[in-house]
Amino acid sequence: MKRLFAAGLFLLGTILAPVIACAQDQTPSSDWQDVLDKAKGQTVYFHAWGGEPRINAYIQWAAREVNNAYGVRVVHVKVSDTASVVSQVLAEKSVGKTSGGAVDLIWINGENFAAMKENGLLAASGWAEDLPNWRNVDVENKPTVKVDFTVPTDGLESPWGMAKLVFMYDSARLETPPTSLDALLEFAKNNPGRIAYPQPPNFHGTTFLKQVLINTVQDPAFLSGPAIPATFAEVSAPLFAYLDALHPYLWRQGEAFPKNAAHMRQLLADGELDIAFSFNPGDASGAIANGELPETVRTFVLDGGTIGNTHFVAIPFNSSAREGAQVLADFLLSPLAQSRKQDPEIWGDPTVLKVDALPAEERARFERVDLGVATLSPEDLGPVLPEPHPSWVSALEEAWSARYGAQGE
Amino acid sequence: MKDPGKTTQRAPCARSLVLDKVTVRLNGLPLLHIDCAVSPGTILTIMGESGSGKSSLLDFVAGFLKPDFQATGRVLLNGRDLTELPAQERRIGLMFQSALLFPHLSVLQNLLFAIPAGIKGSELRRSMAEKALEDVGLAGFGARDPATLSGGQQTRVALMRTLLAEPEALLLDEPFSSLDRNRRAEVRALVFRLASENNLPVLLVTHDREDAEAAGGDIYDLDAGSALNTAAG
Amino acid sequence: MPPGNARPDLPTVLATGLLLGPVLAGLAGTLLPAFGYLPVLGFDTLNLDAFRQLVATPGLSRSAALSFGTGLATSLLSLAIVLLFTAGWSGTKTFRRLSRFLSPLLSVPHAAAAIGLAFLIAPSGFLVRLLSPWATGWSRPPDILILQDPYGLSLTFALVAKEVPFLFLMTLAALNRPHVQEYAKAARSLGYGRVAGFLTAVLPQIYPLIRLPMLAVIAYATSVVDVAEILGPTTPPPLAPRLVQWMNDPDLAKRLMASAGTLLQLAVSAAALLVYLVLEKAVSAVTTASSTRGWRFRRDRALRGAGLVLMALVAAAMVLSMGLLGLWSVAKSWWFPAALPQRWDAARAGDAIGMGGPALLATVLLAIAAAFAATALTLWLLETRNTHQKNRSRRLNALFFMPLLIPQIGFLFGLNMLFLVMGLNGSFFAVLLAHLVFVFPYAYLALSDPWYRLDPRYTKAASSLGASQARIFWQVRFPLLLRPVLVTFAVAAAVSVGQYLPTLLIGAGRIVTVTTESVALASGGNRQVAAVYAVLQLMIPLAGFSLAALIPSLVYRNRTAMGVSRT
Repeated sequence: MKRLFAAGLFLLGTILAPVIACAQDQTPSSDWQDVLDKAKGQTVYFHAWGGEPRINAYIQWAAREVNNAYGVRVVHVKVSDTASVVSQVLAEKSVGKTSGGAVDLIWINGENFAAMKENGLLAASGWAEDLPNWRNVDVENKPTVKVDFTVPTDGLESPWGMAKLVFMYDSARLETPPTSLDALLEFAKNNPGRIAYPQPPNFHGTTFLKQVLINTVQDPAFLSGPAIPATFAEVSAPLFAYLDALHPYLWRQGEAFPKNAAHMRQLLADGELDIAFSFNPGDASGAIANGELPETVRTFVLDGGTIGNTHFVAIPFNSSAREGAQVLADFLLSPLAQSRKQDPEIWGDPTVLKVDALPAEERARFERVDLGVATLSPEDLGPVLPEPHPSWVSALEEAWSARYGAQGE
Repeated sequence: MKDPGKTTQRAPCARSLVLDKVTVRLNGLPLLHIDCAVSPGTILTIMGESGSGKSSLLDFVAGFLKPDFQATGRVLLNGRDLTELPAQERRIGLMFQSALLFPHLSVLQNLLFAIPAGIKGSELRRSMAEKALEDVGLAGFGARDPATLSGGQQTRVALMRTLLAEPEALLLDEPFSSLDRNRRAEVRALVFRLASENNLPVLLVTHDREDAEAAGGDIYDLDAGSALNTAAG
Repeated sequence: MPPGNARPDLPTVLATGLLLGPVLAGLAGTLLPAFGYLPVLGFDTLNLDAFRQLVATPGLSRSAALSFGTGLATSLLSLAIVLLFTAGWSGTKTFRRLSRFLSPLLSVPHAAAAIGLAFLIAPSGFLVRLLSPWATGWSRPPDILILQDPYGLSLTFALVAKEVPFLFLMTLAALNRPHVQEYAKAARSLGYGRVAGFLTAVLPQIYPLIRLPMLAVIAYATSVVDVAEILGPTTPPPLAPRLVQWMNDPDLAKRLMASAGTLLQLAVSAAALLVYLVLEKAVSAVTTASSTRGWRFRRDRALRGAGLVLMALVAAAMVLSMGLLGLWSVAKSWWFPAALPQRWDAARAGDAIGMGGPALLATVLLAIAAAFAATALTLWLLETRNTHQKNRSRRLNALFFMPLLIPQIGFLFGLNMLFLVMGLNGSFFAVLLAHLVFVFPYAYLALSDPWYRLDPRYTKAASSLGASQARIFWQVRFPLLLRPVLVTFAVAAAVSVGQYLPTLLIGAGRIVTVTTESVALASGGNRQVAAVYAVLQLMIPLAGFSLAALIPSLVYRNRTAMGVSRT
């Protein structure tokens, strides 16, 4: 059955995608040629969050390209929660399955990366920085491509895209959006039921908590180190004070929460919410192009900056198609794939590459991309606030769940 | 079709079961037509092969006509028009080809099931049910599982169950057909005797000529499409 | 062969092994880790830490109470609606019409139903849109807690809408038993109202056939995952979705806690079953008492009306939801409060189907393989027991239903670990095996009654003509039972398509079906694509049921006696 489908895909690919040849014009080094040879014929199971059809379509496109150019078959395993993939690899390791694992490449960052790194679940370090397209990565201006939530990547994961927390609102309903936490609280009080955030441990929900934590913490130095039980209560006290004040005015009075950012965006589209947020600055433009948001939706950020990070792809230690996974990771870093990804009509995810340093024709690919009406220019995006240490994630999630997640106890 | 009712006394307002110009159709096609009155204590026998519509006639009289069938005409019982009444309000007792004693209830509980709720007091109800069993020679059978009774015994219990509900008329849908020959006459005689003692008008449907003759009343033969008048008993 | 002490025949052994093996292995795989023993993960001392950790989890008792309450309420409500409607209307035209409406609803998978219902009843959903703004004055959706309400009402509603068709079809099948209609007549000719007559005289005859399905509904509803994830409360969620969350946590110690939680889940489901059994006894005592007192309940118009209204409500909600899914699947933009989409885009639905190709293929292959295996095994089993003239052992029957009476989650985690150790995880075969555990009981449930009801004289007649056992099966019994066999096949395929948790866990992401995709997309931001998948999920079983109805009609188009019997 799978073979049949692969054949179909292959056929489709040969018809549709002649562009790939120019993506790799440099002669590959002999090491990389070795990888390419081994990769040919492999099947890569790429475990990536699958809740967003636009991203799914992009991955489908990349899979087709890689299959045509390198003979690597890519299967997108649509995951609803990346943590479950970490758990799966961990379980495989525990039962002694050191090769032939089910996961070949995983879309990851933050606490999931930290957990995999800590448990030795990732393929030997360094491969990411040996990829031919690594040389174009903007290490200098985008430090988070090498430091994931304060944890050094050590070449264990290859950067895929840049994320920055942005907020969306419908300008037809709301003239000036609240651009500070205080203004947000004030807005909620005046418009009860129109503000929400996804329920932690959802990624975006936790990010909102971290944003508030960063904005309210006394001494930011606390956040670059691990969360310590002894000081956690004190450090997080202003955060929870803020949430306590906000919750009565939340959507459904905080008795129910959106499931994730996509759900929140849908609620914005339905008119249930006035503000949604995203980690993708191009999300609003993309959703407008797709008919998922009204054309009057615009993006804003908080004064003083919002959290930003990088998302990556990583190869588990027991991947059954390590070379194929490297080939895919490298393709995802190519100017072709990166520029296409940045197009809001396709995905709208900012590049990790240093565009200025690219050869002219590659640079032109990026210059051709129309960022869309609802996307803020790089200047308007504001400063990037670094992520706290990953240990804050579970600490915040547990504290949140104990405080708000079990009502009626 | 001839009118079998002409030979009997038509007395719509008296104590009798009247089928007033009843026509039963199956998907629009007429199946049978009947217009008659059955006096208390007498039996009108309707004969016909299976498929002749005799069961649907009983269904119509009892209030169970299946959706595929349509009927026109009226059913009157003791002056009440039953045509539009739901089955449970017609006060017509029905006996079937099989005894249909409820298998989840004991013999006695089957009888208690039938005694009207207006008769209160479990002692009284119980003694009525036991008396009924005695009447048909089944004293002491109350605690038995109905499935352990013979066919004839089951039919007798079913008869008493029907009568305990205090019906004003009796419809018999081949109730003796499942009995073996030697029991048959005995049970039949009992049913007819009790019906007559209770002064009930009875409509008997059968394809067995012996049943029809034993009933001793008018006979309406659906196959012949005519009323055969046997010697009245 | 004498009944009783006889050696069990091969198909019985096979079926027992197929069902009991995974269930027992899975239960062991749950029990041991709950007490701290999971050597492959480095936990090898028996202790109660997992339970301590579990008890300390905030909101645990509320989660358990939610599972118990929504599960039991769902089951009782569903049964009440089905029985009230059947009692009040069986034998009428209304009953026949509505039955025809309800039967196809059985094929609606739970997740698809939940997605459709969510859009129907949400504050920004279809019903509010129909009335807004002209009647409600709302130009924006009201901030009302309907979905994910803390008491699980919307969850209960969705489960009721889904379980009613199932229980109704089981009741319909039971009503086909000989004499059932006559018992109803007998009671009514004794002066009992429709409803009272049904409940006191008919229900006791057919209840044994509804009982196991009902218990299965309770076990299912107290431990449901996919519907709860879409419509259930989240502060805190019911127990089962939380268990899945813990099981997937990167912190492996949480797996021990999840195992301990699974034992709690088993206890919650068992408690619900127990309460039901007690209620069953009480209701049976009350109806017997009321019937021996002769209470007729002649005037039951209101009750009958309620039965009809509730049933029609369920049917309407489901049909509307499915219609909405169809609309959304070709809608590009559909802003509140428009009652119809503003922009249409059928091409994107086509793209989505194209992208879902592999999932579709996997779903269909799994469904066909599972349905074929389950139906064949059921036939073999029934035929063997038939020819040996064995008594139908109730114990064995109960055993076949065990996978339906134990919450899936109770043994799937353990089974998952077992398959992982055996290196079977993620293979088509392993997923098929996991599906079969749940598919076979339904196949057996669907086929055994028609099989035993087939007039034995056909077999006798064929034997007396000198036909061999094999010939009797292939040329007499099988053709006579072609219709129920095909329906069984369709039921089995539908059950396979609906499997979410087994596919997710045992498939390890390598086996992706329309159902797993559908649940993943339901959490995403694009309703159109989610709707396309839900529609796909719906179409497969519907196609199965249509074929099951069509094939016999074609094969036997000149055989009047082989037509559908009507009730």
